[in-house]
Amino acid sequence: MDFQIIIDSLPAMIGGMGLTIQLTGLSLLIGLAGAVPLGLMRVSKNPLLWMPAYGYILFFRGTPLLVQLFLIYYGSGQFRDQLESLGLWVFFREAYFCAILSLSLNTAGYTAEILRGAIRGVPVGEVEAAKACGMRGVLLYRRIILPKAFRLSLQAYSNEVVFLFQATSLVSIITLMDLTGIARVIAARTFDIYEIYITAGLLYLCVTYGILYVFRKVEHRWSAHQRARDSDPVQEATITASMH
Amino acid sequence: MLDLKGYGWTLWDGLQMTLSVGVLALCVAFVMGMLGAWGKLSKSPVARGAAGTYTTVIRGVPELLLILIIYYGTPTLIQNSLEGFGYDIIVDINPFIAGVFTIGVIYGAFATEVLRGAILAVPKGQIEAAHAFGMSRKQVVMRVLLPQVWRFALPGLGNVWMVLIKATSLISVIQLPELLRKTDMAARSTKLPFTFFFAAALIYLSITLISMFAQQRMEAWANRGVRRG
Repeated sequence: MDFQIIIDSLPAMIGGMGLTIQLTGLSLLIGLAGAVPLGLMRVSKNPLLWMPAYGYILFFRGTPLLVQLFLIYYGSGQFRDQLESLGLWVFFREAYFCAILSLSLNTAGYTAEILRGAIRGVPVGEVEAAKACGMRGVLLYRRIILPKAFRLSLQAYSNEVVFLFQATSLVSIITLMDLTGIARVIAARTFDIYEIYITAGLLYLCVTYGILYVFRKVEHRWSAHQRARDSDPVQEATITASMH
Repeated sequence: MLDLKGYGWTLWDGLQMTLSVGVLALCVAFVMGMLGAWGKLSKSPVARGAAGTYTTVIRGVPELLLILIIYYGTPTLIQNSLEGFGYDIIVDINPFIAGVFTIGVIYGAFATEVLRGAILAVPKGQIEAAHAFGMSRKQVVMRVLLPQVWRFALPGLGNVWMVLIKATSLISVIQLPELLRKTDMAARSTKLPFTFFFAAALIYLSITLISMFAQQRMEAWANRGVRRG
């Protein structure tokens, strides 16, 4: 083990982690904005709404993210003339744009599926009660169904956030200098392969468990109204178990 | 239909490689999962610690980085430690074996959680009843646990397979000629990247759809003796 090389390359790697976190954050925001309408379309009874959403979710969950990344980054080259005439080529020739686009489209598909499950999981009684109070349509979704669905999907969403965070390492294949990209360059230059990769792995490990810790805190906060009621130990045990 | 310019067979070769890596890696993952689940449920703190560290590390580090660590790191580690003993040799890992091993070890961590859950899902009373009948530990495992564990584990293992087969695309970075790498080669020589990567996407999608269908059939078969409602 050569510790000097680890200390020397740590600043560069932390810089790479900056890009990794930036890609994760931006893609999550864009993906979530796309996932809410997609999830709502998916639970609709209108075939013109649910069928496109079903196809989208199936495609993005059923194919590898790396293929989606190549399809956008390399595949857009096949339509270069058309994209140039539309003025869009300046975006598609940038690896950064293609990375954000494919990560966002991908997480939108996974998150929409999580939301679909959560919307289905909203107790019928709550929806009936809201209807009996005279709520319908947008108001019903805004006040009752969506808040409950968000709370129900929190645990699955935390897994999706971790998955996306780790999946950003694929952008190093399309030349971006995220943490994995930096580690690959340093490892190729110094030949201290396992020192560098293990350090990078430990950095990912810390952030992953940091993300899970934050989600556990949020879930604890959001379930405050349930904790007060379910004070028997069996219930408590199942709640803590389900958080891991 | 997509015009593949005569590269259809290239993709077919790649698909076969992808499926071989996937199936073998699933076997490795299953064995690792069994070991992991046994470790997690063991009374020995050493076994519990080892299994816990295994799943924690695998879940916390990206697959691509793990592939790079195992494929490039292991030979260097062996060479460096042999150098210490005065040997100077070059170690090379076969990309196929490295791919199967890496993907298998990664998804073994996910299989560990699935199998652990499935073992815990077997009602405790049944195991106590079996012990009360005088069955040995081995008999309890063979007669009571295993016949039910695989039924509880089937949905989870199906998921592991579907994520695993998509993850095999990552080993194209270690030059193994699987589906994505073959597609990349065809896309470069024909200069039709969109056509070929879209074709690859459709092939992966078909694998997913066939697996989903097969999983439904297997679950229906596994639960044929279970009364509902």
